[in-house]
Amino acid sequence: MNLAELQKKLLTAARLNPPDERVPYAFEKRITALIAARAAADHWVAWTRGWWRAAASCVAVAVACGVFSLFMPVTTDNSNDLSQDFENTLLASVDQADVAP
Amino acid sequence: MERSEAELIAAVLKGDSASFEPLVAKYSPRVFATARRYARRESEIEDIVQEVWLKAFDKLKTFRAEAPFEHWLMRLAVRTCYDFLRGHQRNRESSFSEISEPEEDWLDRFVADPGSAPEDADAAKLLIDRVLEKLSPAARLVIQLLEIEDRSVKEIAEITGWSVPLVKVRAFRARGEMRKILSRMTQDKYL
Repeated sequence: MNLAELQKKLLTAARLNPPDERVPYAFEKRITALIAARAAADHWVAWTRGWWRAAASCVAVAVACGVFSLFMPVTTDNSNDLSQDFENTLLASVDQADVAP
Repeated sequence: MERSEAELIAAVLKGDSASFEPLVAKYSPRVFATARRYARRESEIEDIVQEVWLKAFDKLKTFRAEAPFEHWLMRLAVRTCYDFLRGHQRNRESSFSEISEPEEDWLDRFVADPGSAPEDADAAKLLIDRVLEKLSPAARLVIQLLEIEDRSVKEIAEITGWSVPLVKVRAFRARGEMRKILSRMTQDKYL
């Protein structure tokens, strides 16, 4: 069988029968509705994505602070102890009340 | 007053998605015809066209208006069809035993006298569809664009994003692949 001739004939057959351009009823309405629905969904997705990004940033800051405090040189001088200063300030009024007659 | 294509595109880009509807209505017939060249089932065809339009909407900001919107859209349509072919290769390995009677008759007429088998017969169309379905996605795309739609190598390169030499190589391989499939088809029938 002449395969080249068969190939040529079949390709001509394909050329002679172009596909039809029929479009389902109200197809453009369907596409517009889909786009509108996606836009509404996208709004929520954007919010959720924003919150996740914020959460990730917070975690990153917390980790950085942790690492920073871990590698900071430890001071033995209590006079520079911030926590002690903070406690003294906070309890200053109570201390004064104790001293007063 | 009817708005021009450029105005509609500009409106869509400004956020008026309703302006996309006239574009869909105008070009859907061509997109459907393109999808019907690569898929057979109507549900698959609708899925492809829907995907083309959603992609077109998402990528509209990349449209530079240097070429007509239709060219840009058809390029997108062909690429989507190619992706569809790559995702649906399950039918390629089946045999030709399911050839219908009119197709067999057409082949018999061709074997007896090649000139007596008419190219415009429905059976010939069914046969070529069967052969095209068995080609690899790249081969099918090249045969479709080069041999059936009669496009130039340069045009195919622009549509597919392949280089010109790659299109030529793929066209050469596609013709060989098609010849092999035809040979298998005739062997299944006559041996």
